[in-house]
Amino acid sequence: MAGGAEKAGGARGSGGVRGPGGAGGSSTVGIKDATAIVGIGQTGFAKRLPEDEKTLACRAVLAALDDAGIDPGEVDALASFTMEETEEVELAKAVGFGDLTFFSKIGYGGGGSCATVAHLATAIAAGQATVGVAWRSRKRGSGPRPWTNTAVQLPTPAQWTRPFGLLRPVDEIAMLARRYMHEYGATRDHLFNVALACRNRANQNPDAIMYERPLTREMYMTSRWISEPLCLFDNCLETDGALACVVVSAERARDCRRRPVYVHSAAQGLPAQHHGMVNYWNDDPLTGPAWTAARHLWKHADLTPQDVDVAQIYDAFSPLIPLSLEGYGFCGRGEGGAFTEGGALEIGGRLPINTGGGGLSEAYVHGFNLITEGVKQLRGTSTAQVPGASTCLVTAGEGVPTSALLLRS
Amino acid sequence: MLSPVIDTEGAPFWEYAGRGELRVQACAECGEVRFPPRPCCPHCRSFACEWRRTDGRGRIWSYVRPHPPLLPDYAAQAPYHVVLVELDEAPRIRLVGNLVSGPGAPLDSVPEERVRIGARVQFVFDPGSGLPQWVLERS
Ligand SMILES: [Zn+2]
Repeated sequence: MAGGAEKAGGARGSGGVRGPGGAGGSSTVGIKDATAIVGIGQTGFAKRLPEDEKTLACRAVLAALDDAGIDPGEVDALASFTMEETEEVELAKAVGFGDLTFFSKIGYGGGGSCATVAHLATAIAAGQATVGVAWRSRKRGSGPRPWTNTAVQLPTPAQWTRPFGLLRPVDEIAMLARRYMHEYGATRDHLFNVALACRNRANQNPDAIMYERPLTREMYMTSRWISEPLCLFDNCLETDGALACVVVSAERARDCRRRPVYVHSAAQGLPAQHHGMVNYWNDDPLTGPAWTAARHLWKHADLTPQDVDVAQIYDAFSPLIPLSLEGYGFCGRGEGGAFTEGGALEIGGRLPINTGGGGLSEAYVHGFNLITEGVKQLRGTSTAQVPGASTCLVTAGEGVPTSALLLRS
Repeated sequence: MLSPVIDTEGAPFWEYAGRGELRVQACAECGEVRFPPRPCCPHCRSFACEWRRTDGRGRIWSYVRPHPPLLPDYAAQAPYHVVLVELDEAPRIRLVGNLVSGPGAPLDSVPEERVRIGARVQFVFDPGSGLPQWVLERS
């Protein structure tokens, strides 16, 4: 498959290969439009599923390959999260993959979601593999909450935070959210706008956990606190489920069963002097990894934020949305809260987001459902379809070393 | 209650704190302070460091009030205040801690209406928990 990127670029007409001084701003071969997502698969989502994570992983992966029309024996690359419990060895022998020549796992929980596709795209564009599968299987609904395991203290930052009762991810993010609201005048109504947009889309999606459960402002404002200033509805769901997608070269994609969704640009982001979810010890804690990922993402794209038709923005907690809107350039610094006003995040608004319901209202599977929903939008098959959508931004967890994808049809 | 899992770099902080001193790691070559402690200076890459004493004064940069579900010892005191304190002498060092009415007081000992961003606070040490704490400065 050496030269796959070149052929793919030619096929797309927008150039997967850039020479020195090329329009992509890169002096080396890039991945722009060189690969495509051609299959997606998922299990059902529920608070409790009877099958174990390995079985769920197998089901999602086989569903994605079937969607693509590709035999499992052709898979030669894998990518997942370091937190994924199903090992490559177990998955590969269970579903009957061929010889694998590329496999990687990305750290930092939900920050790694888009990076799984990014790693596969890079490997395939570079000729290291031909058919890649990314997946996440997790029983976060019926399994234990990670923060309750005090025997497994996180490395160095934990000694500076946990003993004081800053125990959970929500506490860590609430600290930044309070400061953000104080500094820029963002309000609980802005966070409600985020929760509401996700819930409204979930109400259109029969697969969503919150399909038949509308949310009102009254419910939001009177719900119980989890970590002030964040309430129950600012927190994602706790879900059992698994998802997968299949990545191949753009050339191969044309022969697959579904309309290809091209990986136009991809990025990871770990900013200088970043500290993870407890990003309290640098000049500007409110500019996180999204800013770093965004700079790379747009630098290597033919598109700008104004060209994005729909976005799937990682929403483990509602304040991550205004922060990400700023980081990815949809509005200026401190304007993320105000951006949510006037139905901006709803269908027909300036930037419809999380059109399957997101982590807040469809399922929380470390953001992998945001990737598959992005693919559905660009196939035109979403349950909350944005008319004519041809570009979709998908982001991974903000507040931790992150990643992002810019997809196009 | 959870005790800090102390690593090699962080050990001096806890030793000094136990003596009632709030000290931060600083580069012995270029003088830049850094937190959390780490083996070498990200500015000049020197491995030589010193522990600089501070006056323990700061301002609340942000705070949260956690509610259950929490670990049992914390749930028993919830809601309580976890504050992030920006040190007067090293503004980029924002220490996580608890705002209490006095050394060793319960985590919920300061009424909610007295907590605000920008409030001036002072470091104290609680020998009982072995942890630094913060009290509101009298003004
Ligand atoms: Zn130095």
